[in-house]
Amino acid sequence: MEILYDILVKPFVDMVAAPDFFLQVVWEGLVSGVLYALIALGFVLIYKSSRIFNFAQGIMVVFAALTLVGLYEKGVPALLAVPLTLAVMYLLAMTIERVVLRPLVNQPDIILFMATIGITMFLIGFGEIIFGGENKVMITEQLMIPTGSYIFEPFGGFVSIEQKDLTAVVGAVVLVGVLLLFLNRSKMGRAIRALGDDHQAALSVGISLSTIWVLVWFIAGVIALATGIVWGARAGVSFALEVIAYKALPVLMLGGLESVLGAIVGGLAIGILEKLFEIYWGQPLLGGNTETWFAFVFALIVLLFRPQGLFGERIIERV
Amino acid sequence: MLYRTAGQFKTSYEADFALFPVKQDSILLAAVLVLAFVVFPLTANEFAFRALLIPVLIYALAALGLNILTGYAGQLSLGTGAFMGVGAYACYKLITIFPEMNLLVAIALSGFFSAAVGVAFGLPSLRIKGFYLAIATLAAQFFLVWLFEKWAWLYNYNASGAIQVPNIDMFGFTVAGPRAPAITQYYFVLIVVSIVTFFAINVTRGRIGRIWKSVRDMDIAAELVGINLMKAKLSAFFVSSYVVGVAGALFVFAWRGAAEPNLFDIPLSFRVLFIAIIGGLGSILGNFLGAILIVALPVVLGFLPDVFGVPISSSAVEHLNVMIIGALIVTFLIVEPHGLARFWAVIREKLIIWPFPH
Repeated sequence: MEILYDILVKPFVDMVAAPDFFLQVVWEGLVSGVLYALIALGFVLIYKSSRIFNFAQGIMVVFAALTLVGLYEKGVPALLAVPLTLAVMYLLAMTIERVVLRPLVNQPDIILFMATIGITMFLIGFGEIIFGGENKVMITEQLMIPTGSYIFEPFGGFVSIEQKDLTAVVGAVVLVGVLLLFLNRSKMGRAIRALGDDHQAALSVGISLSTIWVLVWFIAGVIALATGIVWGARAGVSFALEVIAYKALPVLMLGGLESVLGAIVGGLAIGILEKLFEIYWGQPLLGGNTETWFAFVFALIVLLFRPQGLFGERIIERV
Repeated sequence: MLYRTAGQFKTSYEADFALFPVKQDSILLAAVLVLAFVVFPLTANEFAFRALLIPVLIYALAALGLNILTGYAGQLSLGTGAFMGVGAYACYKLITIFPEMNLLVAIALSGFFSAAVGVAFGLPSLRIKGFYLAIATLAAQFFLVWLFEKWAWLYNYNASGAIQVPNIDMFGFTVAGPRAPAITQYYFVLIVVSIVTFFAINVTRGRIGRIWKSVRDMDIAAELVGINLMKAKLSAFFVSSYVVGVAGALFVFAWRGAAEPNLFDIPLSFRVLFIAIIGGLGSILGNFLGAILIVALPVVLGFLPDVFGVPISSSAVEHLNVMIIGALIVTFLIVEPHGLARFWAVIREKLIIWPFPH
């Protein structure tokens, strides 16, 4: 009985007893959720337009952040370093399309997936040789991101919200808004969606496969840079960041591999739930550090009821 | 010329269904076995055993297990490392609880533990397919590694949190532990790997192997012709995880000698997956070719700077290694997406009809 009480009742009692702490936990979860959503968005864009499960998204985040910081350390002014990094990401997108994707067109999914793991390894080695393996500090202040924090006092308690987290959330919302506008309103965006719907039909009306692929990988690179700046401001820039790529995978499962909305909702849900689980169940009952697996197990359970994720396209199979 | 099949007539069904219908294949295999059982042990030194021969065999076995699941039954798994861990920890617990147990028996039994875990994590495969399933197997990967870390009973409440292999004697030889000579360990691994490979070849050739292949090619069609999908998929998870578990037990007991939970983390899973894919999905031979490539490559690359006299720091060599392996994986996928096994099959075809082009 004791254990049932600990699992089913006590966490909720704790939540109600200290609502300010609860809000703080939810906020922290929300911020990491935004980051998961951003990474998942990079995955979704590439998957939608090319059916490539891009494992390299995580390392692209690290690579973009390292390039930015590396350029700054070489003496490039911070605000100039951002466009330069974007140029590097464009170059990267072009190289990947040219060298890796073009020869592998029409191969089975798993081969393309393995190729992106190959890209990941290459970028890890390459990045470590160029930038070194040590942890770097993100140039938060130089990019004019505020670093103070707001203190709220709801329910007589206290919740602190860091300004850089707030900036991250606002920035992410703007980024997603622009992206959705681009995908839904612009000609290029429509071409991307057409390619996602039907490769051959899109090719036959004159949409260039390679142009769109470079574009999509470049957009994924832009998202990677945004993610890298935000996450780097919280935890520093190093190759350890790469593990957040794994965090985006359950988000994709939960939201559906080809849904932009799914990536966002799934990211926020997983960010908040895993923090809550860790604080109220994981640490007192399971010895902590449950964040490594909670998201996966949670997504797995949801998937048992909806095999295509919450917002994924219905999987229709023909014989 | 060497592979001329002319004159090899089959006069019975048995002969036609033999493991090696072409005589040259069995001669080649015999040569490889002589090499593995006689020539290598006589010539190899300690370093070659520890850095090349033993790991190649163990990784090949792990890839074989994965290949049964992914290459034959078509269920992509990214959790191989964790299942290897289950085998290793199960073997460790068996050995420490029953110190008198024969190591062979312990390893054979520990496979059943990972098989059970594999079936439990394979259950979602009945509902979930493709990449969704691949991510679902990551749940096993992360959860199990976390469990190895937190469940102190598994490592006998060691302060270090690692498992340490004790000295184990078998038939008068020390086969595991710090005192075990490399050559005994090599023979031990070689014998286990040969036995499992023999069974794997026959399982994949037989009825159940054909069932797996039909599920891989299209599971709905397989279901329509009367194949029980649940049995087929779960049996694939069972057999695959069993082999992977045995490989994991060997990995720690016959090679590493000690293991921490993070040894079984995701890089190990990817390594095994690389071996299976570069070797060739749906082939037994491919696992060995892939393992030779993936294990030997870093060793060879480590020597190169010395050979050419290029002064380069060891950390740079390591990073360069990662980079080159990544590039090679991409290159291999582009050149031959079906893996080294297909490469060999093409060469063999050419040899059979040589000197004619068709």
